[in-house]
Amino acid sequence: METALNFLGEHLGMVYFVVLAIFLGVEVIGGVPTVLHTPLMSGANAIHGVVIVGAIHVMLHADPADTPVLVLGTLAVLLGTLNVVGGFVVTDRMLEMFKKKK
Amino acid sequence: MKSHLLELSYLVGSVTFILGLKLMGNPRTARRGNLIGAAGMVIAILGTIFLYEKPISGIVVGLIFAALALGTAIGWLTAKRVQMTQMPELVSMFNGMGGACAALIGLIEYPNYLGNPAALLAILAGVVIGSISFSGSIVAFLKLNGTLDRPLRLPYYNFINTVELIGVLALTFWLWQAGPAPCPLLYLLLAASLLYGVLFTLPIGGADMPVVISLLNSFTGLAAAFGGFLYHNYAMLTGGILVGSAGMLLTLAMCKAMNRSLVSVVFGAFGASSKTTVAAASQGQGAVKDIQPSDLAVLLNYSQRVVIVPGYGLAVAQAQHVIHELETLLESRGVQVKYAIHPVAGRMPGHMNVLLAEANVDYGKLVEMEEINPEFERTDVVLVVGANDVVNPAAKNDPGSPIYGMPILEVDRARRIIVNKRSMNAGYAGIDNQIFYHPNCSMFFGDAKKALAELVSELKSLT
Repeated sequence: METALNFLGEHLGMVYFVVLAIFLGVEVIGGVPTVLHTPLMSGANAIHGVVIVGAIHVMLHADPADTPVLVLGTLAVLLGTLNVVGGFVVTDRMLEMFKKKK
Repeated sequence: MKSHLLELSYLVGSVTFILGLKLMGNPRTARRGNLIGAAGMVIAILGTIFLYEKPISGIVVGLIFAALALGTAIGWLTAKRVQMTQMPELVSMFNGMGGACAALIGLIEYPNYLGNPAALLAILAGVVIGSISFSGSIVAFLKLNGTLDRPLRLPYYNFINTVELIGVLALTFWLWQAGPAPCPLLYLLLAASLLYGVLFTLPIGGADMPVVISLLNSFTGLAAAFGGFLYHNYAMLTGGILVGSAGMLLTLAMCKAMNRSLVSVVFGAFGASSKTTVAAASQGQGAVKDIQPSDLAVLLNYSQRVVIVPGYGLAVAQAQHVIHELETLLESRGVQVKYAIHPVAGRMPGHMNVLLAEANVDYGKLVEMEEINPEFERTDVVLVVGANDVVNPAAKNDPGSPIYGMPILEVDRARRIIVNKRSMNAGYAGIDNQIFYHPNCSMFFGDAKKALAELVSELKSLT
């Protein structure tokens, strides 16, 4: 209990940030027409690709002599890039089709 | 100075993610929203590399850029080349990559944060959630592309899954509390989490796949957010939490569209009970009638209102262009044609809209379920193309049916029902459909694309 409270005290700013971001996520998606569910899911999929920033961070901190870390880190960056690039491009392709109308 | 600039780049990234997601909620601005999000992502990535405080060794920079270049090339080409029908599994695949990335980060960082309980918890959570998301997405991918086409259930799978989950949680807790633990245990946790992802996704029925993908998407968001927590990185936090909560809401919206609770999707009501229903239903039903293209052409030609119900079969057969041709041809003969879009038609909500938009079908002709259902009574012909479960009356009148309670398109109220199907096999949910035996229903057998092309040429020869 005490550790939990200490934790809250130490990271209060971030905890607030998380709580507000949760509500923001719900607000931003609310009332979206069914038609856009697939592209939206795909777009959200691309956005969580931001995890690649963490992978790059790992690489930058890595000891250049530590081969296992470099190998895993490079793999992580590669996978993150796939998520980001593939995600945004697929979403764009889906949305491109909506744009032709009108 | 540099570090402030870096924070600024993350701020810009966060704002673009929020703005992008918001703009994606409206058909007019959706594409711009996606591009804005992508731009923010590029800024955050470049900022991370170029605004790093300390000098970086050449080999590290080389590896980073090599991975970025290779990932961009593969991701871009795959995304550009894939067929429209394969979009859902591709989204699932990319989602899995993100999950794996999050898990790898945790794996690498674990030894570096042993004295810090908060960071350690974030790392372990990242490993567990990332791995589940990865293996689950891969299973979902294999299921959607047909490699694993039937739900696979171990006996007592709910029991096994629960025990597995408790095991994963207990191991996580132990690793967290025990402090410096031998690394093999971390790998055990990784393996157990990967296994749980597989066990979690395997028994889930095909019709529920979109919900699962959306749920796993939300998981990956959560894993990314834990990474952001670890590094106090606000771009990762915003992106991750935003996707986590928005994805969860989207998942619930999809469940609602199918009138199923998330619990019943995950713990499964499809399966054992449906087998008995199929057996019972396929006995004692009358024979089905079939109809030839020439007769169907005449029927459609002299109708006033026609409603087309597209389903996954249409997508598989790539028949979206020929159905548009049929629609314009009929309209030119004075027949009013609309499309009835069930919220979960296809493999993902909105799947049919994307597909028909590709074939230039007018947006205004796509009518959602609630609006079209009252219109069926005034409809002369309903043409069901490659859809099955979404028109199955068992959802309304058979409490024993696994899809009981799902809202359906009430096509049985129309004057004539024509069902285009390749054969009499059951639909994706694996259950029989009483609509085929309806007195007003005729079967129009054949691959959707070929059969419709035949129909169109018969129609052309009619004048």
